[in-house]
Amino acid sequence: MFSFAIRRIIGAIPTLFALITLSFFIMRVAPGGPFSGNRKLTEAVLANLNRAYHLDEPIWMQFGRYLWGLARFDFGPSMKYRDYSVTELIVQGFPVSVEVGFWAMLVATILGITLGIVGALRRNGVIDLSAGIIAMVGIAVPTFVIGPLLQILFGLELKWFPIAGWDGSINAKILPIFVLALPNIAYISRLTRGSMIEALRTNYVRTARAKGIGAMRVIWKHALTGAMLPVIAYLGPATAITVTGSVVVEQIFGIPGIGRYFVEGASNRDYPLVMGVTILYGGIVILANIVTDVVRGLLDPKVSYE
Amino acid sequence: MSDLAAGTAPPLEAAPVVGLSPFKASWRRFSRNKLAVGSMVILALIGIACYGGPWLFPFGPEDADFDNISAPVKLFSLHPFGTDEFGRDLLLRVLDGGQVSLGVGFVGAFAAVIIGVIYGATAGYVGGRLDNVLMRTVDVLYGIPYFFLVVLINLVVGRTTAGLFVSIVVVLWLTPAVIARGQAVSLRHREFVDAARAGGMTEWQIILQHIVPNSLNVVIVYSSLLVLEVIITESFLSFLGLGIQPPASSWGSLIDTGARAIENDPRLLLLPGSFLAATLFCLNFIADGLRDAFDPNER
Repeated sequence: MFSFAIRRIIGAIPTLFALITLSFFIMRVAPGGPFSGNRKLTEAVLANLNRAYHLDEPIWMQFGRYLWGLARFDFGPSMKYRDYSVTELIVQGFPVSVEVGFWAMLVATILGITLGIVGALRRNGVIDLSAGIIAMVGIAVPTFVIGPLLQILFGLELKWFPIAGWDGSINAKILPIFVLALPNIAYISRLTRGSMIEALRTNYVRTARAKGIGAMRVIWKHALTGAMLPVIAYLGPATAITVTGSVVVEQIFGIPGIGRYFVEGASNRDYPLVMGVTILYGGIVILANIVTDVVRGLLDPKVSYE
Repeated sequence: MSDLAAGTAPPLEAAPVVGLSPFKASWRRFSRNKLAVGSMVILALIGIACYGGPWLFPFGPEDADFDNISAPVKLFSLHPFGTDEFGRDLLLRVLDGGQVSLGVGFVGAFAAVIIGVIYGATAGYVGGRLDNVLMRTVDVLYGIPYFFLVVLINLVVGRTTAGLFVSIVVVLWLTPAVIARGQAVSLRHREFVDAARAGGMTEWQIILQHIVPNSLNVVIVYSSLLVLEVIITESFLSFLGLGIQPPASSWGSLIDTGARAIENDPRLLLLPGSFLAATLFCLNFIADGLRDAFDPNER
């Protein structure tokens, strides 16, 4: 088992390296250097700037320098926010993004699994049908349509929550967390429902019932354990959806996380910032996929470690 | 006993066995799915409206009507869904933006499928070392959240409609490649491939004329989902201001404009939002229907 985890981690290294290499060289090919924008600079100033940012070195040396920096969590200087390094910007924004993302994942898992179980137990009941509709909407309608719609409904009309902004109050966090969680609530509830229905039909559940074990215990202990495997396998993709979605949700609700830096960086051509966020978020998704695989390996005897 | 025999015999004679090709059989199954067929009709109507509708207007999507600024919804008037704060007709702008969204979606999915199928079919058919290298590359790219990759590539190729199209296609061909490879591996040793080789076809001819067409039916089922994915990605980027740039617009950028103005005029959000949502719902139902009808494992 342990060796499986180690091998899985080693297997992810090429992906991480490809991510770093791709983003580095794509950014170097991209037109419009950081200093080509606003005003004309004299030759001497440009040369000095290039020297200060090591842009006069051969590209392989720049790449080596970047890798060495990454190893020390140094993403280089931001080209737009001249007084900040990318690392400082990430340290500022990341905790906020993690807070929203973490709660969204938690809400999605709990709500999704609950809706799925209730749906499977009371098939075609009121809760099942409404969960089905929510899931359909959550899967088909993207967050950038749902987010503003909920802003209109709960912010403008009902005035339950602030429309946007981030003042640290719980009220301001509820809408963004829910919007970010919605696609995953949809997927997780459908997955749980499907695998729960299947699990309830299995022989081991029938045996458990025949032995006289109480209905609740059979559901929670026997059926659910088996039914959770596809849901756990989904946690990797769920992380990817949350990470991507957080970029939009931070934009819609004006949350000062790193997703907003990413969008700003991309429109300002602040390449080090874009690269930093891409590598960080890419790394998180790669890590989530590893954790998912290892946890699956631990729980599912059918997953072989080979 | 004799009753039973008598009961079963006549239908056998009355209905001669009609051979159905697998494709026709699948198509028949699909056409019985009311939700999927209905979605196809609605999607076609949206397409006709977006591409044909603008011809019915005596003005263009960028033309401002200064006499009717922020005109309200009035169904039987020059501006049936009103105008925005610059006096531009809302419905016309949404239809015009739909041309970009639908165009990028369908053409983009088509291009991604072509690239993916040729890549995957080559890997699966040739096998061995090449297969290993090609598919490892796909694995590695798969590990990266594709949205970030699209944005990176978009920075290089430029923020034009064509650039947006290229950056989406460059990233989204991965899944068709995996599917086509699986098909190609199973086709590689079939008799008709051996026959083609014995007949003197080159490897490329075999890939293009035998392997690719035979992997297509499985890929087509998937490609309806790909259209969905391309449309979402395009509007996602345009919503963030990283995709279609003004004055051009797509549903994504119109939704962005609408989302910024919800306090003044929710219609700016609702109209493009409902067009996009309706399109995505239809594509979802079509994809489900196609999968149920065409995927042999689902039967």
